[in-house]
Amino acid sequence: MKPTSAAFSDNAHRALHDVTLQQALAKAGVGFVEKRRAAVSDLPEFAALREAGRAIKDHALAHLDHYLLRFEQQVQASGGEVHWAETPAEACAAVLDICTRAGATLVAKGKSMVGEEIAINDALETAGFEVVETDLGEYIIQIAHEPPSHIIAPAVHKTRKQIADLFESLHHQPGLTRPLETVPQIVDEARQILRDTFLAADVGITGANFLIAETGSTVIVTNEGNGDLSATLPRVHIVLASIEKVVPTLEDASVLLRLLARSATGQEITSYTTFFTGPRRADDPDGPEQFHVVLVDNGRSRMLGGAYHEMLRCIRCGACLNHCPVYSAVGGHAYGWVYPGPMGAVLTPLMVGLDEGRPLPNASTLCGRCEEVCPMSIPLPQLLREHRRQEFERRLAPPRSRWALATWAFFAQRPRLYRWASRLGSLLLNKSSGGRGRFRSLPFAEGWTAARDLPAPQGDTFMAQWQRRKPHD
Amino acid sequence: MRVALFVTCLVDLFRPSVGFATVRLLERLGAEVVVPPEQTCCGQPAYNNGDFETARAIARQVIAAFDGFDHVVVPSGSCAGMLVRHYPELFRDEPETLARSQTLAARTRELSAFLAESGGDPVVDAPFSGKVAIHDSCSARRELGIHAAPRALLGKLAGVESVELKEAETCCGFGGTFCVKYPDISARMVTDKADAVIASGADVLVSGDLGCLMNIAGRLKRMDSTVRVYHLAELLAGMTDAPGIADPDKT
Repeated sequence: MKPTSAAFSDNAHRALHDVTLQQALAKAGVGFVEKRRAAVSDLPEFAALREAGRAIKDHALAHLDHYLLRFEQQVQASGGEVHWAETPAEACAAVLDICTRAGATLVAKGKSMVGEEIAINDALETAGFEVVETDLGEYIIQIAHEPPSHIIAPAVHKTRKQIADLFESLHHQPGLTRPLETVPQIVDEARQILRDTFLAADVGITGANFLIAETGSTVIVTNEGNGDLSATLPRVHIVLASIEKVVPTLEDASVLLRLLARSATGQEITSYTTFFTGPRRADDPDGPEQFHVVLVDNGRSRMLGGAYHEMLRCIRCGACLNHCPVYSAVGGHAYGWVYPGPMGAVLTPLMVGLDEGRPLPNASTLCGRCEEVCPMSIPLPQLLREHRRQEFERRLAPPRSRWALATWAFFAQRPRLYRWASRLGSLLLNKSSGGRGRFRSLPFAEGWTAARDLPAPQGDTFMAQWQRRKPHD
Repeated sequence: MRVALFVTCLVDLFRPSVGFATVRLLERLGAEVVVPPEQTCCGQPAYNNGDFETARAIARQVIAAFDGFDHVVVPSGSCAGMLVRHYPELFRDEPETLARSQTLAARTRELSAFLAESGGDPVVDAPFSGKVAIHDSCSARRELGIHAAPRALLGKLAGVESVELKEAETCCGFGGTFCVKYPDISARMVTDKADAVIASGADVLVSGDLGCLMNIAGRLKRMDSTVRVYHLAELLAGMTDAPGIADPDKT
């Protein structure tokens, strides 16, 4: 996917004026927040669980090489194969190779954010394979030819009406309900359409929420069961996973699963939590003949031990998106790449470059709500600031804002001069407000005054008035 | 008790009455209030725009100017958060300055937290009566964990009926330079906040942070709302006879 993050301001502007999008966002936002709040307050040990989860991830990351190799050994021991991919191109090549060797034509795909990251669908389709997304949200955006706008609810930007229209225009088999009016009708129709895919697919691709080193298992959580069908019905199962997903033990995964469900959807546990270990064994009644795990790096090993190390704890729950006032206002597409919201604003510049992703870390008030709700206690505001530091050092910001900052900095470091200049400014602004107490517009302050009045200074500065008051004390 | 007032650049420039309200409250606690003249700003504009070197230079200036007082009081959660939380982060790799920044951090309090902790009774029970909504700044709430203090202080005013805002945890959209870098998004956020203020039925909105207040007051005025906006210190010090933020001068 070609990023459009550099155009964030324009993207955001369009999003704010898109009436349908705003309806969809308004509907989704409050639900996620309330459900999480209820789930967290129902669990007195949530804070302790969060600490435990963080410790597990920190430990796994500190010994990442060890646990990844252990994971590979165990996958091999259970009859599977691990493919190491440093770049998206290598990851796609590994998947294409497996599909080609399997003589596949149809691929059933479960939801995978790393799949979006490496653009696996484009690669497969270009190579002549047919790919069908089986997660309802992913299926909707696939047929709408759009990228996901949320990491756990990819089609959250669409209204029920838009989805019904899309289905009615695309699905033409006998027996379908027309018109589509309710959510259950929409879901039923998707099930009917997708059932054929599950049965006919040669290869199933799923993501992974966790990789378990001690058993060589991969774990996915879904609420639709599509992941299980994608993994077990086709002849070949390919798991796409990024390297930071590995945890040492099953016990560790269970801690993280409890955090993940509550933080993501406010569930105690997702409807389906599935552990895949190797291909079908001799006495198994079903399951794939081949089991492959493609481990994707794509810059993560460079993050290890560096300024963005803590971002590798992310378990992709989406809580930071759901609680972000900027995400809630503009939706995910404005961010212009795969990962939106606060976690996306940290990851995107790392994966597509700061030149392209520069606006994202700036498009935040650093209000800190993301960090507050993050089950992995990732200091997201501090990581956004770190991007801003890099941006400043590389002089990437527009000259006007760099110049303004430098001028302010010059005065702020010279208290006497500052006092003089601030007095002058306060008095002048007060005078020109003509006693109205505010400005409806002011040169160089259009950003402020477009939507709000600017309060005028009361008169002389505090520091000057304090100097005058002192003798009377 | 010698208390140094870090007045903050916004109060200094835009609303000195907040500084004087703060002094009045502190003096009612029996404090000797000192205003170190070498203060300008806490350095957040530099810090939040990635210029860590300038932020450090300003932090050093603040650390020197506020050395040796019993307490440092700041009528802003945002600036107090900068001194308490971020100065030590800035000097992580400079042990000597780090220690000094930690000393400053330990002595520094946001105004409402300081008043509530003092155990004294600084509040001036002025003849004010009405519904008052509180807006918590994100930095007060999340960087400093302040929530109960301003409510407890308001509770001391006989004529005040406190009301809570819907979605009170959501940012007002000020965010320092964010509001001019992303004016569209900021406008949307402050409109939501102003709507919540109006929906609360409050006569007056207060907060401990002038940045949020200027933002919300500016939007309320643009929407022709009659809600009056004051810094919490002004209400507690009985100074609401003066025009509210963005209100015209009295004639």
